[in-house]
Amino acid sequence: MISYVIRRLLMVIPILLGITLVSFMILQLVPGDPAQIILGLEAEPEQLDALRQKLGLDKPVLVQYAVFLKNTLKGDLGESIRTRNDVVAEIWPRFLNTLRLTVTSILLATIIGLIVGCIAAMRQNTKVDYIVMAGVLLGISTPTFWSGLLIILVFSVNLGWFPAGGATGFASLVLPAVTLAAPAAAMTARMARSSLLEVFRQDYIRTARAKGQKESKVIYKHALRNALIPTLTVVGLQFGYLMGGAVLVETIFTWPGLGRLLVDAIFNRDYPVVQGGIMIFAFSFVIVNLIVDILYAYLDPRISYE
Amino acid sequence: MSKKENTTSQLTLTWRRLRRNKMAVVGLIIIAFIILVAIFAPYVAPHDPLKQDFRMLRKSISAQHWFGTDQLGRDILSRIICGAGITLKIAFSAVLIGFAIGTIIGLIGGYYGNKIDLAILYVTDILLAFPGILLALAVVAILGPSVIGVVVAAGFSSIPQFIRMTRSVVLSEKQKDYVMAARATGENNISIMLRYILPNCLAPLMVLFSLRLAVVVLIAAGLSFLGLGVQPPSPEWGAMLNEGRAYLQTAPLISIFPGLAIMILVLAFNLLGDGLRDALDPRMKR
Repeated sequence: MISYVIRRLLMVIPILLGITLVSFMILQLVPGDPAQIILGLEAEPEQLDALRQKLGLDKPVLVQYAVFLKNTLKGDLGESIRTRNDVVAEIWPRFLNTLRLTVTSILLATIIGLIVGCIAAMRQNTKVDYIVMAGVLLGISTPTFWSGLLIILVFSVNLGWFPAGGATGFASLVLPAVTLAAPAAAMTARMARSSLLEVFRQDYIRTARAKGQKESKVIYKHALRNALIPTLTVVGLQFGYLMGGAVLVETIFTWPGLGRLLVDAIFNRDYPVVQGGIMIFAFSFVIVNLIVDILYAYLDPRISYE
Repeated sequence: MSKKENTTSQLTLTWRRLRRNKMAVVGLIIIAFIILVAIFAPYVAPHDPLKQDFRMLRKSISAQHWFGTDQLGRDILSRIICGAGITLKIAFSAVLIGFAIGTIIGLIGGYYGNKIDLAILYVTDILLAFPGILLALAVVAILGPSVIGVVVAAGFSSIPQFIRMTRSVVLSEKQKDYVMAARATGENNISIMLRYILPNCLAPLMVLFSLRLAVVVLIAAGLSFLGLGVQPPSPEWGAMLNEGRAYLQTAPLISIFPGLAIMILVLAFNLLGDGLRDALDPRMKR
């Protein structure tokens, strides 16, 4: 087990390196002169030179990447072009806000998805099952930037139960978290349903039933545990999609998260913030999946650790 | 699937199974309807989608304006009709980019194996570390907000999925007898890849294509909603939603209808994709 964890940790390193390379390339691939684009056409040549020097654009590409990598390892992502603040200092509080939102959403999505998925599986090919599957399809197909607006319209504008935006305590977290959780809950429900149905077909379930085990015990003790394992991996992937989705949901609910910061930085052509923001998103996705994989191996003794 | 079938019969078989799947048929009908609307938009749209009418600002549903009017007095129904083409063009070209590039890379990786495959696998893993809209945002950060930016961004985010899918099918296909036979008859590698293996990968790729269309419509509309994609006054659905957002309290229809259009199109692609998957997977029920 320990050697598996270590091997899995080592496998992550090249991926993290790759992520730094992709983030680095964002500035390199900008068509034309990034300094000119950032400062505009009326910039003085001295200003342009100064900015190029600051961004390191005057050096050979490989040297630039080495410097970028060295600084990233030291936890230095440069300085925002607009605010002149340290990028890490700018990103960190925003990232915590995004984490609050995504973690709440993933909990919501997992709990709701599992319950709904189990109900559907236990009543396969009944009306309940069909309604759940239709709900799953709707959940996956509805754009969050639309459902979010509808939710604001109903629960904030008309009913006045929750604030429409901002980050003012728990009440302001409810609507964005629900909006973001909906598609993830749908996908989790679908996964839970199909893995439960798969488990129901296994011999040990038939054995359990044949020996006269109570149906509730068959489900909770035998089926559910085994069905949970593949569902868990999906939860890890969901986390990534939630972080992507957070970019849109944060915009709708004016939630001061990393996603909103990233979009603003793209508008402002504030490349150090864009690079840092995208990198942090990818890093955290990889790390969450690492944790999920290790949990998975821990929970499922059938997985070989070779 | 191990039965001996050539591609045409496999396709007919898929089509027959697909036709029996009610959901997939509904999806197909919706898609066909939206494509027709997009083609005949200039004749179908009751009004000019860009014509502003300041006596008709933010009006509700009426006989003259079925879906009401927006903040500049433009007819919302006409804008949605004319936006269908924009959305479809972006979605299809983006997924085609992902399909073309991803399939070629996946074929090469799966077929040649060894170091090339490892390198491709590595790059795919890195790209997949940027989930959902994030990879698209990175591309938009490079290219700037524009229609081309959206197409490239949404297309680029589909590449790793196509690489993975193609690669995994190629890995199982290349073991089969017909590939051995082709090699024995002296076919070259490129011909084996394109004429023998690729046709056998098409079925699962079709499923992915349809499901990616759904995702890409959401990504493209999402980018436009953020203001990073298609720019107003173009009647792109995501951009319309963004414009209408400011009037949510007084005139919610401006946001509701474009969002509904996006949802219906995405739903249709998902229905078709799921239906195709069930039709191609004999283990599934029915």
